[in-house]
Amino acid sequence: MDHRPQAWGRPRDDVYGAYDASYMNTNLPNQHTQSPIVTGTSVVAMKFKDGVVMAADNLASYGSLARFTDVKRLRTFADTSVIGFGGDVSDMQYLDRHLTELGIDEAYQSDVGGHNLNARNLHKYLSKLLYHRRSKFDPLWNHLLVAGMDEDDKPFLAAADLLGTTFTSPSLSTGFGSMLAQPIMRKYVPDEASVENITKEKAVEVIKECMKVLFYRDARSMDKYSLAIVTKDGVELSENKLENQSWAFADRIKGYGTQTV
Amino acid sequence: MTSIGTGYDLANSIFSPDGRNFQVEYAVKAVENGGTSVGIRAKDGVVLAVEKVVTSKLLKPGANKRIATVDRHLGVVYSGMVPDGHHFVDRSRDEARSWRDTFKTPISTSDLASRMGGYLQAYTLYQSVRPFGITAIVGGFDSELEALVDGEVGSGPSVGAGGKVEGKHGGPGLYMIEPSGMYWGYYGAATGKGRQAAKAELEKLNLAEGKLDLQQAVKEAARIIYVAQQDNKDKEFELEMSWISSADGPTKGRHMEVPKDILAEAERLAKKAISEDDDEEEENKDEDKMEE
Repeated sequence: MDHRPQAWGRPRDDVYGAYDASYMNTNLPNQHTQSPIVTGTSVVAMKFKDGVVMAADNLASYGSLARFTDVKRLRTFADTSVIGFGGDVSDMQYLDRHLTELGIDEAYQSDVGGHNLNARNLHKYLSKLLYHRRSKFDPLWNHLLVAGMDEDDKPFLAAADLLGTTFTSPSLSTGFGSMLAQPIMRKYVPDEASVENITKEKAVEVIKECMKVLFYRDARSMDKYSLAIVTKDGVELSENKLENQSWAFADRIKGYGTQTV
Repeated sequence: MTSIGTGYDLANSIFSPDGRNFQVEYAVKAVENGGTSVGIRAKDGVVLAVEKVVTSKLLKPGANKRIATVDRHLGVVYSGMVPDGHHFVDRSRDEARSWRDTFKTPISTSDLASRMGGYLQAYTLYQSVRPFGITAIVGGFDSELEALVDGEVGSGPSVGAGGKVEGKHGGPGLYMIEPSGMYWGYYGAATGKGRQAAKAELEKLNLAEGKLDLQQAVKEAARIIYVAQQDNKDKEFELEMSWISSADGPTKGRHMEVPKDILAEAERLAKKAISEDDDEEEENKDEDKMEE
């Protein structure tokens, strides 16, 4: 008699023959895409009177390990829109290739009427794609912000998440940013009407402030980030480093790390 | 053709005793009746132009484009049977896409020409198909910048094997593919009804010297289409032009229609150049008469 715990509650091999282990298999492929592996953290964006400013840092984390430190998470589309990717980086790459294809398809048509997808069209397309994938129980593990101009050349900013949920607001952020950056941005643009009072310089300043707060408080962030400014004249994409950091408060924090006193 | 009626011209994939494929030669005839197409490889880009004969006054001006975008940096124009051209373009787009899917990088102009040359050649081999009734001109600009892999997110390792090739690469490319599947790279290419006159004009440009720039090439291409069209002046036509520059040029490495204002200016200069030629001819005639 087999008394090992593995055999408890199972039909006895000596009576019924060896258990056919194939019944235990689901016969489905391994689904490594069902949870995020290498991830990017927050994306923050806010509107100003002539366009939208967006930022995301250059870190791709592997769990808590800061694995890749030069990852560009803001992507331009057709030189008129910017997409910010939070969440899984390989799904971001998949989406990037998908959008490259989409852009080429659009270029076939552009010799007919010069039409290109605007930011609103792009956001609708991506949200449908994300919803389609979540309905297949194989979601693209991303939270996207789409910024650009709409059909009336007004600033456009909207979010789409891995479930296909969409949301729009004068300021938006994903991940930790929705807790830490959103309250800062809302002070300046609580509603659509207030967007008219915000200049480009002010919006960039607020976004930089948000990136600093996020770097102080989010352990999956870093001090290098991409910043995009979208207006009807196109997209300005730049790489930045956090300046004027102040870690004076760190002295007063007790109870962590290697402190002995 | 002396061999007509001998039976060797009835099917593809049968050689005549003197080593010719008549079906391919007849396809070339179809091309020779089509509106003239011209391609110029300038030092900093490529221009494609086509003479689009207006077959009916009921056609909308500016619609029914004949120059097609194959990938961001690639354009195709063709002379001959338009439906065959449409299929050529569809296939080129498929090839460009599958190249991207496989290699995660845009197809080069020479590779596309090679793929499409092979495709056309296959249509000379089988009884069940006929050769393409077009000659296509493929123009492109292979990026001179460090080619970014599609979907690349970082800069990669700063040391060690990165697959990066030292030295200059990329640049403008121009190829012409004939119904036989034969393709060559050109500095200037012309096909269709007015090809003889167009080729003569292209040769005068000394393109191999690499001095002509893209803006000049646009004007020359327009002029050449007008010159080549002079033999059948009575036919109305539209001029359609596209161009591709380097990443720091006017199209930012993309294949695009030539903007309306630049096209209008090129057409104005072309018409002027032609009327001046006509005047000269008239004067010469007058002189001849005087001498008589």
